[in-house]
Parts: sequence; structure tokens; C-alpha cells
Amino acid sequence: METHKDYTSSKIGMWLFLLSEILLFGGLFILYAAYRYKNPVDFHHAAEELNRILGTLNTLVLITSSLTMALSLSSLQKGDRKLSILFLMSTIFLGVLFLVIKSFEWTSKIHHDIYPNSPRLLGRYKGEVLFYGLYYAMTGLHGLHVLVGVIVLSVMMVLMIRGKINTDRFAPLENSGLYWHLVDIIWIFLFPLFYLIT
Amino acid sequence: MDTGEGKFHLVKYRTYILIWMGLVILTGITVSLAGMNLRHLSVFIPLLIAALKSGLVLGYFMHLKFERGLLFKLMIPIVLTILTIFIGLTFSDVAFR
Repeated sequence: METHKDYTSSKIGMWLFLLSEILLFGGLFILYAAYRYKNPVDFHHAAEELNRILGTLNTLVLITSSLTMALSLSSLQKGDRKLSILFLMSTIFLGVLFLVIKSFEWTSKIHHDIYPNSPRLLGRYKGEVLFYGLYYAMTGLHGLHVLVGVIVLSVMMVLMIRGKINTDRFAPLENSGLYWHLVDIIWIFLFPLFYLIT
Repeated sequence: MDTGEGKFHLVKYRTYILIWMGLVILTGITVSLAGMNLRHLSVFIPLLIAALKSGLVLGYFMHLKFERGLLFKLMIPIVLTILTIFIGLTFSDVAFR
């Protein structure tokens, strides 16, 4: 049986999915904007407690992983499969590093008894409870996306090692890359909203 | 270039590295501005920088700058416009209620 593959429409399909992801996070961003507007002082105090150094570090990790992802696709298109696998491995490594840093951050917050519904958090001002609720929900959902991205990219790496993805057929790698870059863009907005704007 | 996947635009390694440097510099700017008191601009400027950064990622890393075809040129701006209207209307509802 002959299979027909259409490069452009597979990319458009991926973009449609990414746009629906933007709308999903868009809803949470609206919630953040509305609650911040209603509780400016509480949001200010809560945001000052987040670790800005870890947040910045994670931003740099994710930006760099986007670079290695783009380089991985480019080197495959140029015909250098080994280099491409190496770049893809770096991307996966940086994705895992992001999750490790994130888990350190969450663990230290939970050690200070700040997590949804914790007695200590419930004793604080309403706006701070909302801020931490949004913090856990939005960075949690984003972290889940990073985890899915790491799994998808690992599958791509296996397919590349087996030669199923190659210079003549790179659409799956390109589409996974698009997803990875979108996850990066979402973090680019989450970072200032939670760590910088105080 | 033309291979099994049809025509596509090959981006130079150097372009990607320059974009990455731009992203790192913008991150540095936004982090260092966070320590200052910008008053009413303190929300606007970080979001503007975030929009610039995502523009770089969308245009170069995600190849939107090199895509040809009407669908690409229409689909993404339409969805982003809808999202902007959606956020704008909801926010003004909350703000002026």
C-alpha cells in the first residue's frame, strides 16, 4: 500500500494544535490578570517570595534548549545525522534539567508549608492564596508540557537512531520541535508574571 | 532546498546563535529592570520584552518568517487577534464593573 505524506499539511495540523494550546494557557493568563487587578498588594508580597535566581536560571535553560532543538533540525536537513542526534540529546538533557530545577523550587516551597490548601497558606491574605494557587496550577501545567516534550523528543531520538527519521523525512522532528518551542514561549510569559513583576 | 519533504528553507547555524544571544540579552535586561521601581510601567515593560522574545522564537526557531502560503499568514494572526480580544474584553469587564 502506498502512503501519502504531505509535509505542509502535517505542519499546519501541528500549528492548529499549538493554537489550541495557546487558548488553553490564555484562559489561565486571563485569570491571573483579573486576580492581580483585584489584589495588587497581596500579589506583590507573594511574588517577592519566589526565588528569582532559580527562575532566571530556568529561563536560560529553556532558551538554550530551544536553540539546540532548532540546530538539531537544521543539521538533519543538512544531512549530518550524528550531529543532529547530539543536539537532540542536549535538548532532552536541558528539558530534564529544567524539571529538576523546578522540583527543587517546589520542594523548598512545600518545606515552608506553602502549597495549595496548606494551613499556613490559608492563614494568609486572600490574594496570596490566589497567587500561589495560580503559581502551582500554571507552572505545574507548564511542567507537565515539558515532561510530555521530553518524552516526545526521546521517541524522536529513537526513531532517528533507527533511521526512520532522516534527511528525506524530517517532518516528525520538525513538528516535535514546534511543540518544544511553544513550551518555551509559554515559559517566556510565565517567568516575568510570577518572578519579575512584584 | 528540495528533498523528500519538498521545498523548505534552510536556516544558517549562525542565525540561530544570534537569535539565542538576543534572547539571553533580553532576559538579562528584563531581570535587571525588575529590581528598579518603574511605577505604572512595571507590568507593561516586562510583558513587552516577553512579547519581543516570543516574536524571535516564533519567527526564527519556529520558522514563521520563512513560511510561504496564505494559510500560515492568516491562521496564526487570526487566533492571536481572537485571544487578544478575549483577554481585552474579559479584563475590561473586571476592571470597569
